[in-house]
Amino acid sequence: MSWDFDYFMELFLAGLTRGSIYALIALGYTMVYGIIELINFAHGEIYMIGAFTALIVTGVLTLMGWNSVAILFIAAGVAVVYSSAYGYTVEKIAYKPLRNAPRLSALISAIGMSLFLQNYVLLAQTSDFLPFPALIPEFEWLRPWEHIVRSSQVVIYVTTAIVMILLTFLIKFTRIGKAMRAVSQDKEMAMLVGVDVNRVISVTFIVGSATAAIGGVLIASHIGQINFYIGFIAGIKAFVAAVLGGIGSIPGAVLGSLVLGWTESFFTGYISSDYEDVFAFLFLVFILIFRPSGILGRAESEKV
Amino acid sequence: MISFAEIKKSFLVSLWFVFLTFPIMVIRVNTIYKRVEWRWENMLLVGIGSFFFSFVWRYLLRRKELGRKKELAEEAGVRVTLWQRITEDRRIYLLVLAVVIAFIAAYPFVFSMYQTNIMISALIYIMLGLGINIVVGLAGLLDLGYVAFYAVGAYSYALLNYHFGLNFWLALPIGAAAGAFFGILLGYPVLRLRGDYLAIVTLGFGEIIRLILENWNEFSFGPSGIANIPRPWFFGIKMSLEQSSIFIYFLLIALVVFTIFVVNRLKDSRIGRAWIAMREDEVACQAMGIDRTKTKLTAFALGATWAGMAGVMFAAKTTFINPASFTIWESINVLCIVVLGGMGSILGVIFGALALILLPEYLRAFSEYRMLLFGFILVTMMVFRPGGIISATRRTYKFKSLDES
Amino acid sequence: MDMRKTFTVVIVGVFLVFSLVGISAAADTIKLGVAGPHSGDLASYGIPSVHAAEIVVKKINAKGGVMGKQVELLVEDDVCKPEIATNTATKLVSEGVDVVLGHICSGATKAALGIYKDAKKIAMSPSATNPALTQSGDYPNFYRTIASDDAQAQLEVDFALNNLKAKKIAVLHDKGDYGKGLAEFAKSFLEKDPRAEVVLFEGVTPGAVDYSAVVQKIKQSGADAVIFGGYHPEASKIVTQMRKKKMKTAFVSDDGVKDDTFIKVAGQYAEGVYATGPKDLSSNPMYNEAVEEHRKAYGDDPGAFYPQAYAATLALLNAIEKAGSTDYDALRKALQTNDVDTPLGKIRFDAKGDATGVGFSVYQVKNGKYVEVK
Repeated sequence: MSWDFDYFMELFLAGLTRGSIYALIALGYTMVYGIIELINFAHGEIYMIGAFTALIVTGVLTLMGWNSVAILFIAAGVAVVYSSAYGYTVEKIAYKPLRNAPRLSALISAIGMSLFLQNYVLLAQTSDFLPFPALIPEFEWLRPWEHIVRSSQVVIYVTTAIVMILLTFLIKFTRIGKAMRAVSQDKEMAMLVGVDVNRVISVTFIVGSATAAIGGVLIASHIGQINFYIGFIAGIKAFVAAVLGGIGSIPGAVLGSLVLGWTESFFTGYISSDYEDVFAFLFLVFILIFRPSGILGRAESEKV
Repeated sequence: MISFAEIKKSFLVSLWFVFLTFPIMVIRVNTIYKRVEWRWENMLLVGIGSFFFSFVWRYLLRRKELGRKKELAEEAGVRVTLWQRITEDRRIYLLVLAVVIAFIAAYPFVFSMYQTNIMISALIYIMLGLGINIVVGLAGLLDLGYVAFYAVGAYSYALLNYHFGLNFWLALPIGAAAGAFFGILLGYPVLRLRGDYLAIVTLGFGEIIRLILENWNEFSFGPSGIANIPRPWFFGIKMSLEQSSIFIYFLLIALVVFTIFVVNRLKDSRIGRAWIAMREDEVACQAMGIDRTKTKLTAFALGATWAGMAGVMFAAKTTFINPASFTIWESINVLCIVVLGGMGSILGVIFGALALILLPEYLRAFSEYRMLLFGFILVTMMVFRPGGIISATRRTYKFKSLDES
Repeated sequence: MDMRKTFTVVIVGVFLVFSLVGISAAADTIKLGVAGPHSGDLASYGIPSVHAAEIVVKKINAKGGVMGKQVELLVEDDVCKPEIATNTATKLVSEGVDVVLGHICSGATKAALGIYKDAKKIAMSPSATNPALTQSGDYPNFYRTIASDDAQAQLEVDFALNNLKAKKIAVLHDKGDYGKGLAEFAKSFLEKDPRAEVVLFEGVTPGAVDYSAVVQKIKQSGADAVIFGGYHPEASKIVTQMRKKKMKTAFVSDDGVKDDTFIKVAGQYAEGVYATGPKDLSSNPMYNEAVEEHRKAYGDDPGAFYPQAYAATLALLNAIEKAGSTDYDALRKALQTNDVDTPLGKIRFDAKGDATGVGFSVYQVKNGKYVEVK
């Protein structure tokens, strides 16, 4: 394949799109893991529920005759509210009782929750692939480059960047952010200094779910189709991305996601799409051999 | 009896759930056919259901808390479990054992071929469960890619048979060896990883093996799989489907008994204790002089050996394999068997495997809700019995106090 | 003391209860097994066949049944998974099934056929298109009322070369058994033909978050046409991305895509897409009648493989009637020597198990509907 700048650019942007979506989901994984050391398997389903809720709202509004960009914001807003509610409820039911139980039990509970939510949506809605209306309008100023990048992609990049900035702001400069950092460092100590640990954990889940919901709405608009199973696959990929970047670290989650997205995209583009997943996993193993805590992970010193 | 505060709480919970499930349960949007359906009766269902359910849930949670407090209060409380009580009294133990053996021996003759077939599936999963028990239960290494070794065993029989006509009995030990080899191969890169990093890498390996099998057509025939794998050969006698099933059943019983025996011995051996020590505290075990590398690798290798053998049996039983049988969900299934049944306890694994295989088959009537129920059961089991149905009891030694001697 | 006894009793009791569930009363009926995915994400491919069997059996039973006996339906789910399919097959065999309508997915069918073969039961599938199932000769007990994949692939290739005059073709698939098989046939047919070259042969991962990279590759390769083997979800995603990138490449696909759902999901981007599917049946009066029957009974249009399943049920029951028994060899002879009138036309079966008289045509999406291309 000859060196073609256009082609390279397209692959780069495709990777950026994938990476941004993974990032929005990975942020939720990494935040929850940082706080309670749990791999929240059900997180992918929260993303899927966000997409479905947006679809439902859009469907109702369009059938009522509405037709404007406002639908996107309303649908996204409602999706965020509902996903956060689901995240909060899942934590209260399936994870809170297991805080002192062995890690593996909490993991199985998460897997059970994931299965439950998948089938809940399947049964209550449908097993079909439902088309998602393209809520993001085409931008005029983007027209000359339309064959390389589309408006929905630009929206994805911008939104991910904004979310990341907001989250960093939340963690670094607000009180609740400080509380979150405290709880993730040492839960007992945080309790002793008066932090309401339960509230902090709930907030973490809510924020994580909200970002996943945004991801769900965006990717649904971009791809145009949703289905009850999309959460599982996206969830695994996002989790790999979070680990790659160093689980527990927010910039790590974003970095890992982008790296994963680009790796997949360039591999597909220049070599073959048959083995793209194999390559992604091997790449992960390779990185972890040299940096066992992920790219930006905190090198955990083992206390004796 | 039920205070007003309780009622108020349940009422609020039910309101919350009605709100929560409103979009998904009440509104059904089908953008393919451009239809919106409003199902108000679901709202009522959710409201009432969650109202009663929250009572039940809270009651059970309270009972769990009380149970735990009692446990902590019991001084040096060695909770004598039912199983221990059975094993302690020799007569009752022998009686139960005799009944179980008689039942197992008579099973395929009393029940139909379909039932035998299901039991064969369950037995294969028992083997898998016991194998993963070594890695996860004893050694504490979170392996989410266990299915890779299962696939290796199955494909080695299938491919060796296809290319070289290798018969079943030779394939069995080769499958086990292949499993062990891949176990070490997988163990090496993950030596330095702890906890959840280990989990994701093993998950990755499971997927890598499956994807290679799926895409490398020249080697593994890709998604169309390999068919016409011969059943176990018994002195060249041509067996009907029915007889073959019975033969495989007893073969598996033998293998499972063998597995139980070996795992039991391993648990009490030096290496077994090394695994348990490593699970409890890696640094301390290293300080005691246990070679961490060797212990981890043997855990992976031995655990994988059983998966390899189970894989060969699986190929022989279904006579057709393809990569779709070896997904992440299989690994998760096997993991659930161990966690649900009780990590580290052999009887627990057996119960877990039986429950996991038999229940969905018998719940075929509810086929639509099967997976939903399964997820629900997983969550409830973990919340109320995180140790599994039959939790492993530590080996206890009673010392007669010096006065009594 | 009591606890231990109760424990034993409970365990034995539990096993007994489980076993009772499996015992079924045998009546003097003809048992028709219907096996396929009835739950899970592929249920929409399996349920229409159940409906077809139900409608046909009801009609025939009302007329007095087959050989004077009533026909009983044994419906079992295999979720399109080979290992579950073997359980399903074993269940049907041990319940005394006489003939089987199924399975639906080629992989599950392959797994189950071994069991049916040993038990000497005939299985007829309305949808398993894998060529090896009949052509390898491994399964003399297998029949089907749909043409096999190599015929489809040949048709797609011929169409692309003769009608679309394509010179560079990109062949894609969804890495699944059905899709990849079709794509490989297409590739080998193309390679044998000097008129065109295969510029790309790739698989897409179903369920991936985004397909732009593969679509870029198609563009980069300069292909005039894309031949895709797989199902409608991936096809619609690829076509949508292609059209959004202003690519005018022709898109030719298989009967997994020749589904109205494809058009509804891909919307405006589905215009102009070609797909092969079973020959157009709307001129066949029996077909229209069958569709009406479905509408009356279930309130909706029939789904995938309905006419094929309808035809298969008719063929199976007709063969029993003509052979005068459910004996395996008699049935085989009856299937091969008798014509039977079905919604697919007048069909009979060849020695290998394929139905004669069923073929494929090419369709194109015009104004939101699939129209047969003559």
